[in-house]
Amino acid sequence: MISRRDFLQASMAASAMLGASGFGQWSRLAAQQALTQDQLLQFDTFGNVSLIHVTDIHAQLKPIFFREPSVNIGVGDNRGAVPHVTGAEFRRLYGIEDNSYSHYALSSGDFEALARSYGKMGGLDRVSTVVNAIRADRPDAILLDGGDTWHGSYTCYHTQGQDMVNVMNGLKPDAMTFHWEFTLGSDRVAELVESLPYAALGQNIFDAEWDEPAELFPPYTFFERGGTKIAVIGQAFPYMPIANPRWMFPEYSFGIRDENMQAMVDEVRQQGAELVVCLSHNGFDVDKKMASIVTGIDVILSGHTHDALPEPVLVGETIIVASGSNGKFVSRVDLDVRNGQMLGFRHKLIPIFSDVIEPDPAIASLIDEQRAPFEAQLSEVIGQTDSLLYRRGNFNGTWDDLICDALLSERDAEIALSPGVRWGPSLIPGQDITREDIWNVTSMTYGQAYRTEMTGEFLKIVLEDVADNIFNPDPYYQQGGDMVRTGGLGYRVDVSKPQGERISEMVLTSTGEAIDPARNYVVAGWASVNEGTEGPQIWDVVESHIAKQGTVTVSQNDSVTVTGL
Amino acid sequence: MEFTRRETLAIGGAAALTVMMPIKASAAIDSYIEEFTGGADMGDAGLELTAPEIAENGNTVPIEVSAPGASAIMVLAAGNPTPPVATFNFGPLAAAQRASTRIRLAGTQDIIAIAKLADGSFARTSKTVKVTIGGCGG
Repeated sequence: MISRRDFLQASMAASAMLGASGFGQWSRLAAQQALTQDQLLQFDTFGNVSLIHVTDIHAQLKPIFFREPSVNIGVGDNRGAVPHVTGAEFRRLYGIEDNSYSHYALSSGDFEALARSYGKMGGLDRVSTVVNAIRADRPDAILLDGGDTWHGSYTCYHTQGQDMVNVMNGLKPDAMTFHWEFTLGSDRVAELVESLPYAALGQNIFDAEWDEPAELFPPYTFFERGGTKIAVIGQAFPYMPIANPRWMFPEYSFGIRDENMQAMVDEVRQQGAELVVCLSHNGFDVDKKMASIVTGIDVILSGHTHDALPEPVLVGETIIVASGSNGKFVSRVDLDVRNGQMLGFRHKLIPIFSDVIEPDPAIASLIDEQRAPFEAQLSEVIGQTDSLLYRRGNFNGTWDDLICDALLSERDAEIALSPGVRWGPSLIPGQDITREDIWNVTSMTYGQAYRTEMTGEFLKIVLEDVADNIFNPDPYYQQGGDMVRTGGLGYRVDVSKPQGERISEMVLTSTGEAIDPARNYVVAGWASVNEGTEGPQIWDVVESHIAKQGTVTVSQNDSVTVTGL
Repeated sequence: MEFTRRETLAIGGAAALTVMMPIKASAAIDSYIEEFTGGADMGDAGLELTAPEIAENGNTVPIEVSAPGASAIMVLAAGNPTPPVATFNFGPLAAAQRASTRIRLAGTQDIIAIAKLADGSFARTSKTVKVTIGGCGG
């Protein structure tokens, strides 16, 4: 008799051999330089249930460039495991040909040239076309939004997330979970959540005072589809009050709460769920660990760490699906659920090539409507770039180098600190930098650019603290961001060491002199989680700096040396 | 240079954070444990300690201990200046041998719970709770 695990492994093998997951075909198509919407959407409908997953859109309504990371280090058990494989190594692992469009969509390397040939990706009007096509195959497909949807753009900031709610409503999701949404403040979150025509889920969203499940966010919801009862359990970002300002949503407490996750899985199984899906904003490594501890979850739709994987990862009997960010991808997962068991799956990570996939006209006009009142401000050209501007990667990206330069010169500081967030689209050399582009990499509700003094000793503590949030070997102690970006400050980091011993050789890059633990340094930064932080908004600081430069050039940054790999 | 009040506060905050490196348990911990167990061996079954992996607020960290049938559960914060947090004693009429409270943690450290079980044996468990500066989440 074949066990369920064997079935799942067989599904995985079949998808790898036959290219059902999509990437096998991409390479062939790329060789022919023939890319059509039909080919991108090609999928032999399978089983009796379809899930559609989008996550971490970060308010990107329009197509963008987004360079995937070239540095994404895994530690502990995740050393060398996906998603901690990048560039050419990633392509070898999945059999992706160099310069193919899956190379461009999924991995770093030759980004600028490939961006010119394959064009921008994403756009919610294109995402809608894909969702509609899947629904044409399977009318009762379940669309799930993994969160980080109501954050990350000029229009989202100025409408307090209303633009995203309006457009997403047009796509008709069935459920959603959360992270940056909470930085709109708890009152606004409550107002928007109460307006949603779909479920707002989070088994780990608790009332901070009583440590009881928060009423506004049910832990799970049920769907009857394809003759089966499906439970979708939500898992919001566990570390919101730590990674983001707690004072903006003091009523809520989060955490991984895997014991409560197990209780919820058991509860929905008791109520007859034949398929249990977790819509998660844990981050990929946390999801892997959770899948190894909690039993009974069939599918985890994983968000937060912005990883795009062409195949699910199997942990025990749970498949974990990672669907990228910024609207670049839509995952389709077809499942064969029989007699209360998931027996097999077929999966495809669909890349949203904006020049290939037709926009859905209804959603395109809905998007235009949201942007119309702000069009003049959005489109104003502030400068041009001669360099590729990107953010993603464990250490400095060029966008952050530019932001740090802006902080150093505009705030007259010796050292600049910029948060290691993973959102923010890229720009390619020769492009105009518009106000919208600046907001895409800086927009947030706590964007004040502070100027303060820190001792050398405290700077080390900051770097050690953030490094441990990324390189702690236990994923449950990671927060899923990248390393804090530094301007004017160089250092060496040994990722294999424990907290307190990772950072060494801190230097002031302007003079090359070692950082003195006892001396005070003038530090400018932004996105402080402390209440009452004062200073100009970071987008104004960056805009002023770019306007003065006219054309920006970001030189290579070798200020961080990484060891212990 | 002149400091604004806000900048002075920020520096104050900076100074306070210097204790945020992981704090190692002191030797005194062993003596608290020995006092509670009388030096008996400790198993690891029959006792559960629930605590967040990363504290949302180090000044008030919710924890829960549970040991069915136990007569007492001791909780220690191994890295605090005063490690003993509480010892919960359960009488014969206690409906459940479970207690939850909130504790203050001086920094990243291990929380240790030891239960005296119904059969007189002892069980020990611990969990690392990280106290962090925060910021920088994906």
